[in-house]
Amino acid sequence: MARDGHGPEPWRKRGKAVGRIVGKGVGARLSGFLKDWSLPRQLAGEDVQSTAARSSASERLRPRLEQADRVGTSICPFCAVGCSQLIYAKNGRPIHVEGDPRSPVNAGTLCPKGAGTLGMLLSPERVTKVLYRAPRATAWEVKPLDWAMERIAQLTKQARDETFAETLPDGRIINHTVGIGSLGGATMDNEENYLIKKLFGGGLGMLNIENQARI
Amino acid sequence: MALWDLANSDCIIEMGSNIAENHPIAFRFVTEAQRRGATIIHVDPRFTRTSALADIYAPIRSGSDIAFLGGMIRHILENDLWFRDFALEYTNLAHIIEDGYADPESHDGLFSGFDAETRAYKQETWQYKGKTVPSSIAEHREQTEEQAGGDFESMTESPPPQDRTLQHPNCVYQIMKRHYARYTPEMVERVTGCPKETFLKVVETLARNSGRERTGAFTYAVGWTHHSTGVQIIRACTIVQALLGNVGRPGGGIMALRGHVSIQGSTDIPTLYNMLPTYLPQPNVFHDHATLDRYLESETPTTGWWANMPKYVVSLLKAWYGEAATRANDYGYPFLPKLTGDLSQEPMTMAMVDGVMRGQFILGQNPLVGAVNADFVERGLGKLDWLVVRDFAMTETANFWSKGRLVAGGELSPEDIETEVFFLPAAMPGEKEGTVTNTSRLVQWHDKVCEAPGDSRSDLWFIYHLGRRLKQLYADSRETRDGAIQALTWDYPVEGEIQEPKAEAVLAEINGYTVSDGEPVASYKELKDDGSTACGGWMYCGVMPKKGHNVARSRKPDGPDGPGSHLGWAFAWPSNRRTLYNRASADPSGKPWSERKKMIWWDEEKETWTGLDVPDFVETKRPDYRPDWSKRPHGMDALGGNDPFIMEADGKSQLFVPTGLKDGPLPTHYEPIESPVKNPLYGQQFNPTAKLWGRPGNELHPPEDPRFPYVFTTFRLTELHCGGISTRAMPHTAELQPEAFVEVSPELAAELGIRHRDWTVLSSLRGEIEVRAMVTERVRPFTVAGRVVHQIGMPWVFGREGYARGAIANVLLAITGDANTSIHTTKALTVNLRAGRLTQLKREARHGG
Repeated sequence: MARDGHGPEPWRKRGKAVGRIVGKGVGARLSGFLKDWSLPRQLAGEDVQSTAARSSASERLRPRLEQADRVGTSICPFCAVGCSQLIYAKNGRPIHVEGDPRSPVNAGTLCPKGAGTLGMLLSPERVTKVLYRAPRATAWEVKPLDWAMERIAQLTKQARDETFAETLPDGRIINHTVGIGSLGGATMDNEENYLIKKLFGGGLGMLNIENQARI
Repeated sequence: MALWDLANSDCIIEMGSNIAENHPIAFRFVTEAQRRGATIIHVDPRFTRTSALADIYAPIRSGSDIAFLGGMIRHILENDLWFRDFALEYTNLAHIIEDGYADPESHDGLFSGFDAETRAYKQETWQYKGKTVPSSIAEHREQTEEQAGGDFESMTESPPPQDRTLQHPNCVYQIMKRHYARYTPEMVERVTGCPKETFLKVVETLARNSGRERTGAFTYAVGWTHHSTGVQIIRACTIVQALLGNVGRPGGGIMALRGHVSIQGSTDIPTLYNMLPTYLPQPNVFHDHATLDRYLESETPTTGWWANMPKYVVSLLKAWYGEAATRANDYGYPFLPKLTGDLSQEPMTMAMVDGVMRGQFILGQNPLVGAVNADFVERGLGKLDWLVVRDFAMTETANFWSKGRLVAGGELSPEDIETEVFFLPAAMPGEKEGTVTNTSRLVQWHDKVCEAPGDSRSDLWFIYHLGRRLKQLYADSRETRDGAIQALTWDYPVEGEIQEPKAEAVLAEINGYTVSDGEPVASYKELKDDGSTACGGWMYCGVMPKKGHNVARSRKPDGPDGPGSHLGWAFAWPSNRRTLYNRASADPSGKPWSERKKMIWWDEEKETWTGLDVPDFVETKRPDYRPDWSKRPHGMDALGGNDPFIMEADGKSQLFVPTGLKDGPLPTHYEPIESPVKNPLYGQQFNPTAKLWGRPGNELHPPEDPRFPYVFTTFRLTELHCGGISTRAMPHTAELQPEAFVEVSPELAAELGIRHRDWTVLSSLRGEIEVRAMVTERVRPFTVAGRVVHQIGMPWVFGREGYARGAIANVLLAITGDANTSIHTTKALTVNLRAGRLTQLKREARHGG
């Protein structure tokens, strides 16, 4: 959890810093340390959210958000409540995600999933290359995206052409294929769903188009 | 209702949902209502985080919801607790039904019109006397063959016959009284296992908090939909709410808590087999749909708002086929594929297993975890020629050929699996822009803030470029069958190095425009049926009313003194309305029912409807307007100024549904398809029209099967989201819920010799899994019809990929379907449970983790 050189346990840093004060007695060092350390002041009853929280370490701490060169509004990608998020990015990479306080839905709050969104975007489990598994192969291989797109287009055309039916045996027009299916949509944008239905249904004549709303 | 409107409720019944766990941020409006004095009630088989914060917890056996809600309906009617001024005026309570109608009470669980051979109903005897009533829901129109081509002109001749004294033996009031007469508090206890005192407390609390001055709400989720009677459970709730006047009013309503970020959007603009965008029926070859005119004639209601349907259909065809869509060629209607039957996800699985399906795209879904009968699905994937999976991390579905349960168990080996598999990495929110629609129809734009890593691309990019390549491949074809892909409009602007299509250009097409000048339409009222307008989804009209004006981007919430409808925050379809049917928030004369519960009202001076929300009504229609039946009124002219439910053909809330439901006009208690008990109410054991696919690999347990004595229900956790890999691959959430478990009551644990954290084996005819026991009082035995029924529960969110791993619960469940929606049952099938582990061989084979 350490961020930007400032750990979540600043008192450990304090110990080192105080240790560098040379040439004074143990008593003086201890007194300096206690004076700077926020805990005794807090225990003495000072407001923990105000001056008593300050120390030389906290003075050096800077909010992570200051490093962001871009911030935008997003919608939490999990359930359908539609909480607003603010995503902060630096050099095109997300550095922080938090609830948008303006939203009447969530007023800045997020649940554990929403609060962990950054962990999803930056998950080490994330796959960022195109993987391909040939028939009967026992392992994935990495392939260029362009190659995969062309191969998928060809396979789609072939499957459609081989399974497309224009009429029933009695001559009634159906103009459809049930040889290709598409599953998924509820995690995606409206624009994406629209193009899926338009291309697959309106363009190719596919009917087996379904998503999580059914299950 | 809007999510935040829950805070205005005086009583909230959470039923079929664990809102605190699964929709925690929506739950803040429940706790806000509670703080303001509302009573919070949780009705659920398990004692959950939601129960813990409720004022009343009512335990019921999984799958007995209609018995409970039917008991509420009976209690409300018998004790005259209903809101007379509301229900008599705004519902079909007084309507008279055909003489031939016969109730399950006289047919041992079947309505009139049942054909035992086809296991389907004919709906003639359910109609208003002398009428043929169109259904208001495209999905139901589509699935109800009986109704196609009905004589809807009968609706324009006169209003449906009524007996406002409610004495006519076949008026809806009298039919309902007879239908629910046996759903007494004692029967509720006998069927559901809920003590009758608790049941009475629930119904009386809701009734007390309903009326002119007060309103109550329900929240539900897949705890209601995942049953063979899912639609009818929700229907039962609508009857309760309409009788009590809790519809279209502040703090009143039924809140569907849906599971995925844009599951509402993907229903509206459907990646679903049976609908065209925004609830237009997909043509069906077995209906009267051979030409555009016949399709429109047989599907368009003559009265009510849906009479406008032809404008929406023709505008959609213009959006899709552009210049190739002309009056001469039915605007490209012949291009649309025609249905031949149910092609939803479950039959799709059958088609894979049977080798009918050749290729499959799986886009952000993970059926090997989320679909029932996971082993059966896996077998289907192995029969495909090719499979394209798009996700952001490896899923159980994508690598089924190397790590699947059948491969690990030795039934299949990678060398035998012919399927060619592609895994394409997907861009995530924050890395792409567009709109998503939340569970209360709020369409919200999200920005692109950062770059997607490596070859990750948005689904918009994928589908656009796939379409572009396919159009090239088909460019030279002279086959008629390739006319659709050639005609399809596909010229979206792209930008940047990766040629990302502009989402806003797609949204503009969904919003609609005038063909001649490309100017956006501001409202669906501007759409025409003559080909002069194009619109990809009429209900979304107004989301981009002017060029460059994207209302989904709007971020102006009301201040603390504002009306609280937040009309400046994003866009809610239709027309930015936050509460559907809000005409019902005013009395028949147009005045608010009470100052405390005002929302919209009639302004006599300005001769318009006005108020705190966008009126869901014809703005200038006077409350005292009545149709002139001598003129055979059509469309909205046939609805009075006191008919709030404008999508219904008669403007009334349908307590009794004459058309559109496959399993009956009134909700009736049937046992789940698999149940340890006989139906205590009828000889008919389970929904006679439920969809069944009993076959090798998908066998069902007969009722009272001693081999599988326990009711099994699945659930989700705050920290882990659905079958998607998203949260299992997220370090923080995976750490919070690292491993699968099964909840077992202390009573059942003692009976079976299971201690907390012991390994157990769960089995069904579909498969078996091993998982550790969580012995907890959160689940309890029920006494049903005089005998003890044990229930166990398990999260279905685990799998073998990501950091949080464990057995896949859906291995145990069979593929079945609700009669109306084909939605599977996950909440109430049966299993066996024992202490111990799978044998070593089987463990290697079957362990999900």
